[in-house]
Amino acid sequence: MDDETILLAHGSGSRLSHELIEKNFLPILTNPLLAKLDDSAVFDLSGRLAFTTDSYVVSPIFFPGGDIGKLAVCGTVNDLSMSGSVPLYLSLSLIIEEGLTLSELKKVVSSVKAAAEEAGVNIVTGDTKVVNRGSADKLFINTSGIGIIPEGIDISGANAKVGDKIILSGTIGDHGIAVMSQREGLKFSVPVQSDCAPLNKLVSDMLKTSLKINCLRDPTRGGLATTLNEFARQSQVGISIEEEKIPAREGVRAACELLGFDPLYVANEGKLVAIVAPSDAGKILAKMKRNKYGTDAAIIGEVTDAHKGKVIMKTRLGASRIVDMLSGELLPRIC
Amino acid sequence: MKFIDEFRDVELAKKVVSRIKQISTRPTRLMEFCGGHTVSIMRSGLRQLLPPTVEMLSGPGCPVCVTANADIDKAIALAHLPDVIVTTFGDMMKVPGSYSSLQQARAAEADIRIVYSTQDALQIARDNPTQSVIFIGIGFETTAPTIAASILQAENEGIKNYYVLCLSKLCPPIMKALLDLGELKLDGIVCPGHVSVIIGSHPYEFIPRDYGVACVVSGFEPLDILLSVEMLVAQIESGKPKVEIAYRRGVKPEGNKTALELMDRVFQVDSADWRGIGVVPASGLKIRKKFERFDAEQAFSITLEPVREAKGCICGDILRGVKTPLDCKLFRKVCTPEHPVGPCMVSSEGSCAAYYQYGTE
Repeated sequence: MDDETILLAHGSGSRLSHELIEKNFLPILTNPLLAKLDDSAVFDLSGRLAFTTDSYVVSPIFFPGGDIGKLAVCGTVNDLSMSGSVPLYLSLSLIIEEGLTLSELKKVVSSVKAAAEEAGVNIVTGDTKVVNRGSADKLFINTSGIGIIPEGIDISGANAKVGDKIILSGTIGDHGIAVMSQREGLKFSVPVQSDCAPLNKLVSDMLKTSLKINCLRDPTRGGLATTLNEFARQSQVGISIEEEKIPAREGVRAACELLGFDPLYVANEGKLVAIVAPSDAGKILAKMKRNKYGTDAAIIGEVTDAHKGKVIMKTRLGASRIVDMLSGELLPRIC
Repeated sequence: MKFIDEFRDVELAKKVVSRIKQISTRPTRLMEFCGGHTVSIMRSGLRQLLPPTVEMLSGPGCPVCVTANADIDKAIALAHLPDVIVTTFGDMMKVPGSYSSLQQARAAEADIRIVYSTQDALQIARDNPTQSVIFIGIGFETTAPTIAASILQAENEGIKNYYVLCLSKLCPPIMKALLDLGELKLDGIVCPGHVSVIIGSHPYEFIPRDYGVACVVSGFEPLDILLSVEMLVAQIESGKPKVEIAYRRGVKPEGNKTALELMDRVFQVDSADWRGIGVVPASGLKIRKKFERFDAEQAFSITLEPVREAKGCICGDILRGVKTPLDCKLFRKVCTPEHPVGPCMVSSEGSCAAYYQYGTE
């Protein structure tokens, strides 16, 4: 019965627990490593590995353009991709608040499957816990992931060099505004969908074109402004950007005007910022534009030796101003 | 984007700037009253474009910033009462009171919820009939009508658990108080946009008449403000100060009659406590006797510790336009958006926050 709700007993290790996993996870996420149901997934890997973990607590768990399941896969796939690695295996851990309906759970697991398939990764191990009502908010998910870094790749936030170009893969603020538009007490209608997407194929396209990609990061919480500030501080360089060149959807800009936010600080879940050698910027950009997650990509600025550790933006009016890190909470629990 | 990009047009801005440069011959001191204007000016870098003859000071038009410590202490004390849900605009959360902030109170298990309008607060009251829902009613004439409307709506629907802590303040009286203080020697005022949508431009007439200070009601986009500066400079250069409206798409001289009537039905004019300025007669609103059962100050009894002011904080001087954030010893060093000492660093419309966030100095 789809209207069944999850009970504490579903997490107790009892027959109900097994049923939950056998009926709702295994058939959907099926792969040989997972199907063994041993205490750990066992596999061979060789080379330099990337390993990452992230917990997802977004509220509401379903939002325009995605849900917590899609987010949990894409977020970890993207974190792996930003080190230049090829993501391979993910773990999937769910903390369920009793009372979540089975149909909601199935919807989330289906999204996990779809996102994993698109990214070409397997969920190879997992866990499910159920907690008392009030001890969690519907559903929390943790995913960890492992990827292999191909030879010749050296990507780090500390690698930006003076003269490098800064490429942004598309419009900013879509995810934050899409989630915000659904929040209780704040419902407004904007034609904005979350940009939540796996970026590993975009990254591999870029790396096939050039290895002169020095920094890569996905500007999630804290938005573009925070990511650029991190680069400026880690690499001890200045960053100059131009307001006019930063793509943002009309709906996002309108919602930001209404709510008093700056799109530069609003979260993204399917965008990346790359700092690349000036000689290769053009061909990397051209390649990105041919990928469906990079069609709106643009060069938005460059790395300078002035104002070290700071990000300065040329405004539309031609004046300049500091772009600082986000302070405090902007949108609570957006990922 | 419609109604936004037109007002950020670079070419038009250049034209207005060059006209201001042409007509400005003497030192001119302007104050943008409104925090929304300060943010727009800092965010677009507009000050850098103006000729050196035109000086712009930031005024007290940030509702969060002018809220006195005593009033923040009241809101926090109310939040700690049993079976109370406090609803507030988000900016109020981090403002330090004498001893704590709403944010700290929430962490200490007070039920405090951020809302975007009084309608959200009313809905929370409907959804939680066994609890008392108190809306922290800060703001100027812009928000007062919606607070009045929420009280009338609660009365019509028989919502018995909705209350307002009324901290509404009025702009023209505080402008008069600032001018009477005589600290600033202003030549012109960029008058608030959204406040004037409600009250119109007539209430500013006393300013050019009695003080010889030029007034232009401005919108919030960079071009709106540039145009207002041009109109102010032209008035000042001609020696004939008056009240003009640059924000014609939003403001009529007589204001919004419906909103004014709503305010008058529910509120009466009263003195108000302004941070940095003190208690100013007839500069605030209180709930009329007829509606006193919605007045949180009447409905709940709270005990308050003596009010304390943060040491070294010059928010008061900044709000009066006497000093800028750059004059403050705490600015950027001790006082940051993460660890604000005074309210001007907290509010998104606060001068210190705007200087911190967007300044290039």
